Parts: sequence; structure tokens; C-alpha cells
Amino acid sequence: MPEPRIITAAEAVREALDLALSQRSDTYLLGEGVADPGGIFGTTKGLVDQYGPDRVVEMPVAENGLTGIAIGSALMGRRPIMTHQRIDFALLCIEQLFNTAAKSHYVTNGAHRVPLTVRMVIGRGWGQGPQHSQSLEAMFAAVPGLKVAMPSTPADFKGMLLASIEDDNPVIFIEHRWLHYVSGDVPTGWYTAPLDGPRKVHSGDRATIVANSYMTLEALRAVTALAKRGCEVDLFDLRVLRPLNLSAILDSVRRTGRLIVCDTGWKTLGLGAEIVAQTVEGAHDALKRAPIRIGLPDYPTPSSLSLAEAYYPGSVDIIAAVQKLCDLKEDDAAAAREEVVALRQGVPIDKPDPAFKGPF
Amino acid sequence: MRNNDGWGVNERLAKVDPHRVDLVALYRSMLRIRTIEEEIAARYGEQKMRCPVHLSIGQEAVAVGVSAALTAADQVVSTHRCHAHYLAKGGDLTAMLSELMGKTTGCCGGRGGSMHLFDLKAGMLLSLPIVAASIPVGVGAALAFKQEGKPNVAVIYLGDASLEEGVYHESANFAALKKLPVIFMCENNLYSVYTNLQDRQPPRPLTELGRAHGMPTAHIDGNDVQAVHRATVAAVARARAGDGPTFIQADTYRWREHCGPNYDNDYGYRTVEEFTQWRDRDPIARLHTELLALGQLDTATENTMKAEFDAEVTQAFGAAEAAPMPVPGADGVGLYA
Ligand SMILES: Cc1ncc(C[n+]2csc(CCOP(=O)(O)OP(=O)(O)O)c2C)c(N)n1
Ligand SMILES: [Mg+2]
Repeated sequence: MPEPRIITAAEAVREALDLALSQRSDTYLLGEGVADPGGIFGTTKGLVDQYGPDRVVEMPVAENGLTGIAIGSALMGRRPIMTHQRIDFALLCIEQLFNTAAKSHYVTNGAHRVPLTVRMVIGRGWGQGPQHSQSLEAMFAAVPGLKVAMPSTPADFKGMLLASIEDDNPVIFIEHRWLHYVSGDVPTGWYTAPLDGPRKVHSGDRATIVANSYMTLEALRAVTALAKRGCEVDLFDLRVLRPLNLSAILDSVRRTGRLIVCDTGWKTLGLGAEIVAQTVEGAHDALKRAPIRIGLPDYPTPSSLSLAEAYYPGSVDIIAAVQKLCDLKEDDAAAAREEVVALRQGVPIDKPDPAFKGPF
Repeated sequence: MRNNDGWGVNERLAKVDPHRVDLVALYRSMLRIRTIEEEIAARYGEQKMRCPVHLSIGQEAVAVGVSAALTAADQVVSTHRCHAHYLAKGGDLTAMLSELMGKTTGCCGGRGGSMHLFDLKAGMLLSLPIVAASIPVGVGAALAFKQEGKPNVAVIYLGDASLEEGVYHESANFAALKKLPVIFMCENNLYSVYTNLQDRQPPRPLTELGRAHGMPTAHIDGNDVQAVHRATVAAVARARAGDGPTFIQADTYRWREHCGPNYDNDYGYRTVEEFTQWRDRDPIARLHTELLALGQLDTATENTMKAEFDAEVTQAFGAAEAAPMPVPGADGVGLYA
């Protein structure tokens, strides 16, 4: 076994982009800030010095137009990797993404390919508020023709990004800002982590938990605390929102009979709604309890700290859901709750959790 | 009409007689805004203002010159960098600081943060943090004025980067087509975050982007509050007369980092020389010198002014800090009207 190589997810992204630029001459980066000193939270830092401004293209503040331009170049065989520092800014691009990118291959009966990767960052924290911290993944995942990837581990940040770049379809690659700081073992060199389905993070028979992106860490913390109290559950990191492959999750529910979905977006009409619906369609006879969805309430992200505290669910809510579904004893649930709260070290909810540094 | 810095004013605008203007009032307003923002910068590290802040320090002359030409019923719309626009238009200081601290007394009750400042009483309709998003909204305010036969004007503050967005062109086209009473006040501070204008736009005058949509334009020194005021007065007169929109390019400079309380000249995206040149063109210091020469200001008056602003700022920070945090759900969610 080689020594583990611990780097952050942000470093993993940079490594993937560096590899893509060096090993594939058809790739180029495009975005506001890709060539600036900040380098998209460090993920593109210095790449312009190495590859020049034609491969690392600082773009005008013109998201929709440049998306179309990226698509046009992709039709001609280029592999653009576009970046938005906030997923909220990508709302300006949805016309091109939904109408052109998502449909070109289908409409031309397979003649067109759009090998476009679009990175979008969820900017949670520090009072960013209603238009700078949204979790809009369900909206992108609602459109056939797009693929939507949402990594949670540093190894997946790199491997799934390279898989997205290799993919001949438009891939929306959604990075939760707080995961950039998380570290883990990341292989060197070019490798891909296929965009094929969820990854099992923890095993147990009592319930099935499905989480995505940042919520995988919240869920893992809850699951670890519960395991110490003898309550073992299955935990899946969803990884890929479209194409949505739930077969492993349905198999798990057939065994546990209990399902909890916790995701980064709005609960109503969100990821959880689709996952519960497919589970009911495919395994309703196995369900022993009504599934529970954990997601954001039906209003915009408030800026104020006290309002944000009520807005974001976390590991405490996941423990409560498991307690309810598995009839957990209050003593055990309380101990698990105390443990996860202590791990946060009293850090306010508008800052990244110190317990999530990793390595994971 | 051209001054030796190369700024020029469109012929049609130059013909309009500038109002007689109270220079001391302009000075007071700029100094007050500077005092407030310096205090925000000084206190930001206390982490009571838990949201991003985009300071306007260095750019006060634009907001002040514009607002002095408007009435409370005239509307302005702004961007992420909205503090000076809000304050110059008469926005409530305690409501602003409270919003930065996420308090119930904030203009948005703590829901929006620093990039969503508005004050309906003052005619500050809204600020939006998505680049160029407030441009069409400002045009819409002007459309309402026209439809209702009101004599008012809407001013849209936009950054140089917002000219790159398609929605600017859609909005300008419509405003010119319908001769709406609106002013596109473009603050060119040369940067979008860390990216210089020349790396984002071809070398052509920004005013061409107004002319292309059939608007008269002015290119002014945005650090000369009197020039800003003159150009705005002319554009307001055009708008009120039913002659339609005007595009004004005001060249200015942001002193501090794009977002946050610090200086970032060591970051490498701009030179210390460039920064120093612009700081030496400080809009406040320039008017100060002129007022002294004109005998309209003396040290005693100035000291009284400063003491007044210091007291006001201390009081407003105190009130904001003492105000309660919102209790989730206490006022209902309020998602729908
Ligand atoms: C649609 C959109 N794209 C990108 C951003 C990120 N962003 C915030 S401010 C800014 C720079 C805007 O520059 P400018 O309009 O010149 O205003 P300034 O900051 O110089 O006042 C950018 C790119 C955004 N808020 N909205
Ligand atoms: Mg600018």
C-alpha cells in the first residue's frame, strides 16, 4: 500500500485541471476569476502562468453569452471547462444550458456532442444571503440531457472532475464551498471516478440514509455517533444526481425498510422528493415507515446569523430522523446529539465546521 | 467640452445650465459617507457585521453628485457596492448598519445583508448583488413614472462590468426606444474584482455603449463631485422634459479590496502607483481645497462637522448593536405578499 497523500478538495480540483490542461490539448478553462490572483478559491491559481491566457481564459462578466460560446466551441471538438464562483451566477446561463447544451445531441439525432464541463460553487456561509448561497442542484438535475455531479470527498473532486471533462456530454459539476477545505487521500496522476451512481459510506441494517455533497459530512457525523450507540445504518453519498442511479439505494431499503434523504437543497420538489418517489415506486412493500426528507425550508437563504441557524439542517436533525424511524431510546439519541454538537466546538453556523477538516 | 484630463461632455448636455449648487452640502455628504465607511472598515474585524461588504471609499463623489440632483421621489437602484448610493440618497444609517449586523432593525430585517440595501422613504428602490440585475429594474421604475405621468427620474448605478452583460443592452435599447426618464450612471472604477477593464472589453470608449442605443452620453471625472452633479442635472432635465435616457460614464476608483475592509494593493492585480495616483485625486480632498480657497469652509466648521459625524456614527453603531437579532418565524415567513 502506498502512503496516503492527504490534500484538500480545492487542491484536488486544481490538480485535475492541471492534468486536463497538460494532457489534453482540447481543453481550456473559462470563467470570471480563473486567471486572477484569487484563482477561484485557489482551484485555478497559477494555471494561467503555466498554460497562458488562451487556455485559461479570463472572461467578461457575460455568463449567458460565454456559455453559448463555450457550447459552440464544444460542438467543434473543444472541451471547455467553465467556472462560476457562485451557482447563483449560473442562473444567467440556463437558457444556453437548458435549451442548447442539454438538447443538441438528442435533437441532431446523435450528430452533435457537447463535451462541456461547468463548475458551479455553492457559497454557503458568512451572511452571503439570498442570491449568493443558493443550492440549485435540483433545478439543473431536472433537465434531461445534462449530467449533474456533486462530489463530497477530495478523491471524488478530482476523479469526478476528470470524468466530467472526459465525458462527451454537458456536465454540471457542483462544488460546495465548505468542502473545498476538507482534506483526504487523493491518488496522483490521471484517474477517473465514474459518474455512475452512489457510493456506500457506512453500512448497517437499521435504516438507509441518502445524502449529497456537504450533507454527506453532516450525515457521516450523525451516523458515526449513532454507531457508537449500537445503531448501525446504511449511508450513501449520492454523488451523481443525473443520471440518477438508485439501484443500490433501493436494495438497501429493501433490507432496512426505512429511508432518510438529506440533501443540500430545498425540500419541496427537491432531490429527496425524487428519491422517495422512486423508492416508493420500486420498493413500497419493503417500507416499514414513511420516509423522511431533510432539506431547506421553503424560503430564500437569509443573511442574518440567527435566521441562518434556523435555516440549515445538520447532523442533529439527522439523528432526530433516525430516532424517529428506528425508535431509538432517548438516552442514546441524546448522547449522539451531544457528541455531534461538541464536535462543532461552538463555531457559529455561518462558518465552516472545524470538525470537517478531514482527512476523510 | 473637454477638460485636460480628457473627459468630455456631449454637446446637448453642455447646453443645459447647471443648477447653482451648495458645495458645502456636497462636501458634508461625501465626508459623512467616508466617515461611516471608514468606521465599518475599522470595526469589521469584530465580526459583528457577518456578511460581505463592498466599500465605496474613493467613489463617494458619484453618489453625492447624483443624489444632489434628485428629489426623494426620484428613484435610484444599485448593486453590491451600494453603501454610498444608499446614504447619499438619504437612506437611514441605523437601518443600514443593523442590516450589516443581521438585526431586526435592518432595512431587510436582517434577511438581505449589505448587498440588498433599500429605503423606500428615501427613494432608494433596491440594490441587487447579481451584476447588472438592477439595470432593468431601474428602467422599469422609469416606465412606471412615464405610465403614471409623473415628473420623476430613475437613476441606475452600474459598474463597468455590468456593461458586459446582455441585460444592459436589452434595457438600454428599451429605455431609448420608449424615451424613458432614466439615467445610466456607469461608475468606471477600472476593475471587476481583480480583472482590469482592458482584459474584459475591447479598447473603445464606454460611452459608445450608450450612443449605440441612441442615447446622449457624457464622460466625466467621477472624482469631481461638481462634474458629476452638472452632468446629472443635465440628464435629469432631459428626462423630466420627456427627452429620454442619458448614459454617463464617471471615471473613479475603489480604494480598498473588492470585498472586505482591507487594502489589497499587494495582491498584484493593480500597481501601488496606480492606486496612489487615484488616491491623490481623492474627491473629498479636492473639494476641501476648493472650499478653503473659496472661503466657504474653515477649520472650525470642519471640526464641528467631523464631530457631528463621529457622534452620529457612534450613536448609530450603538443602536444597531443594541437591536435584537431576528427570531426565526417570529414575524412569519413573509414569502408572499
Ligand atoms: C451575474 C454575476 N456574475 C458575477 C458576479 C460576481 N461579481 C460580484 S461583483 C463583480 C464585479 C463587478 O464589477 P463592476 O460591475 O465593475 O462593479 P464594482 O465591483 O467595480 O463596483 C463580480 C464579477 C455577480 N455578482 N453576478
Ligand atoms: Mg468596476
